[in-house]
Amino acid sequence: MHRFANPTRFMRLSARILPWAAGLALVLTLAGLVWGLGYAPPDYQQGDTVRIMFVHVPAAWMAMFSYTFMAVASATALIWKHPLADFSAKAAAPIGACFTFIALVTGSLWGQPMWGTWWVWDARLTSVLVLFFLYLGYMALWQAIEDPQKASRAAAILALVGFVNVPIIKFSVDWWYTLHQPASVLRLDGPAIHPSILWPLLVMALAFKAYFVTVLLVRIRSEINLRKIRAMQQARIAEEVGFAAPPAAEITGRT
Amino acid sequence: MREFAAILGRDLRVAVRQGSATVLVVVFFVITVTLFPLGVGPELNILARIAPGVIWVAALLAALLSLDRLFQADLEDGSLEQMALAGPPLEIAVLAKVAAHWLTTGVPLILAAPVLAVLLNMDGRGFLVLVAAMALGTPVLSLIGAIGAALTVNIRRGGVLLSLLVLPLYVPVLIFGVGAIDAAVFGLGGQANLLLLGALLLAAVTLCPLASAAALRLALE
Amino acid sequence: MSEFLAMGGYAAFVWPSYLIAAIVMLGLLVVSVRTWRDSKSTLEKLQDGRRDRRRPRDGAT
Repeated sequence: MHRFANPTRFMRLSARILPWAAGLALVLTLAGLVWGLGYAPPDYQQGDTVRIMFVHVPAAWMAMFSYTFMAVASATALIWKHPLADFSAKAAAPIGACFTFIALVTGSLWGQPMWGTWWVWDARLTSVLVLFFLYLGYMALWQAIEDPQKASRAAAILALVGFVNVPIIKFSVDWWYTLHQPASVLRLDGPAIHPSILWPLLVMALAFKAYFVTVLLVRIRSEINLRKIRAMQQARIAEEVGFAAPPAAEITGRT
Repeated sequence: MREFAAILGRDLRVAVRQGSATVLVVVFFVITVTLFPLGVGPELNILARIAPGVIWVAALLAALLSLDRLFQADLEDGSLEQMALAGPPLEIAVLAKVAAHWLTTGVPLILAAPVLAVLLNMDGRGFLVLVAAMALGTPVLSLIGAIGAALTVNIRRGGVLLSLLVLPLYVPVLIFGVGAIDAAVFGLGGQANLLLLGALLLAAVTLCPLASAAALRLALE
Repeated sequence: MSEFLAMGGYAAFVWPSYLIAAIVMLGLLVVSVRTWRDSKSTLEKLQDGRRDRRRPRDGAT
């Protein structure tokens, strides 16, 4: 773990991994698209709308995965003060937010032909929507605090509090609707997934994972650079303030 | 224990002297609830159906109003620093301040809620559960709100960010709170939801001061 | 081909789903790479500037 704590080493390592991750993401995405859009059969109940699943489900999986990643990174940053941990958490947030957004929108586009409604307040949708707000709040907190060290610790606290909240929301909303005996619960999974649909789904899921790694590494590299820039700018300001002293030193004859 | 009482007492005295926070919160609560019949229409059946939800949402928003000042005054005059360095653990101080916040904003909401429920034509079977649920839920709102207040204490105009951070965390309270009342109205009994609210309260009392104190220590560095 | 595009009548839902996903994901990628490139060039400029500022001082002494 601590071998990777060195930012320079990380830069070298990530420079080597990046092309592979990006290439893998591209290849898997193309394969998944061709398979899912072209070769997978339409579902006998849902017709061609089942193809939306190849985007919707991986996005939803990644939305949850990203938040978990963010929470683990935040805990690492708070407990062990691992320097790359808070970069990782900050970098993961926008990716997770994008996936959550995609999951919500594609889910809505799937829901309209299937359920006849653009939105339904069932357990899953409601908790994903709240997850989206948690991401937004996390990113807003990072922006709002100037000092990056403080921002990272505050955001880490928030990420952990939110992480506790996610299962509670899922659980509580499930409970709520169980008590209410919903009229009809049309389940997203439908009948057991046939392999001809399962495989393109898994390919797309892996593609999204590779994409996550790619974008994450790029963003962490940016964070490292931005911190260095900030440190150098602050050092420069300190130097310039120091340069204001020399005239007095010359007057007293000191070198 | 004594320090807890001391901080609690001091905050209460300040609140009583200023008085505006309580009044503001209750007035906001009443006005917000009043907007719904104006927007939704006066049909009594509809109002009765949405009453628990409307009252709870308005209570959440009203609780948010007074949160951003929770720690700011003490941060500004240095007493927060004193609390962190000397005397009782910061967590106890946080609990005391949250208790004061609840007594000055939560309790008035609990008292105002049944009156508003009458205005919204809520079914009679829900009233007792409404009060019980709010009695259990409003402290949780203050506790969770304290985390948000602590995280944003140093941020200028942190109030809006505070709302964004805290409202998603409020969702379980809202769900169980409304669920309890709806269950009672439908004759199923609100006990299950009330128990869950109680569980949330216990969890919040132990966990929220920890998170808030951590965030405050961060702010004091 | 037109059957493929029609997606069994659900074209209005399937294609926007893929399009939105593509736009969001590509957009995030582009923005992230751009930020990285900008940060890299700013960093290099600052580091060169630092080297240049050091040289005259050595020259003066």
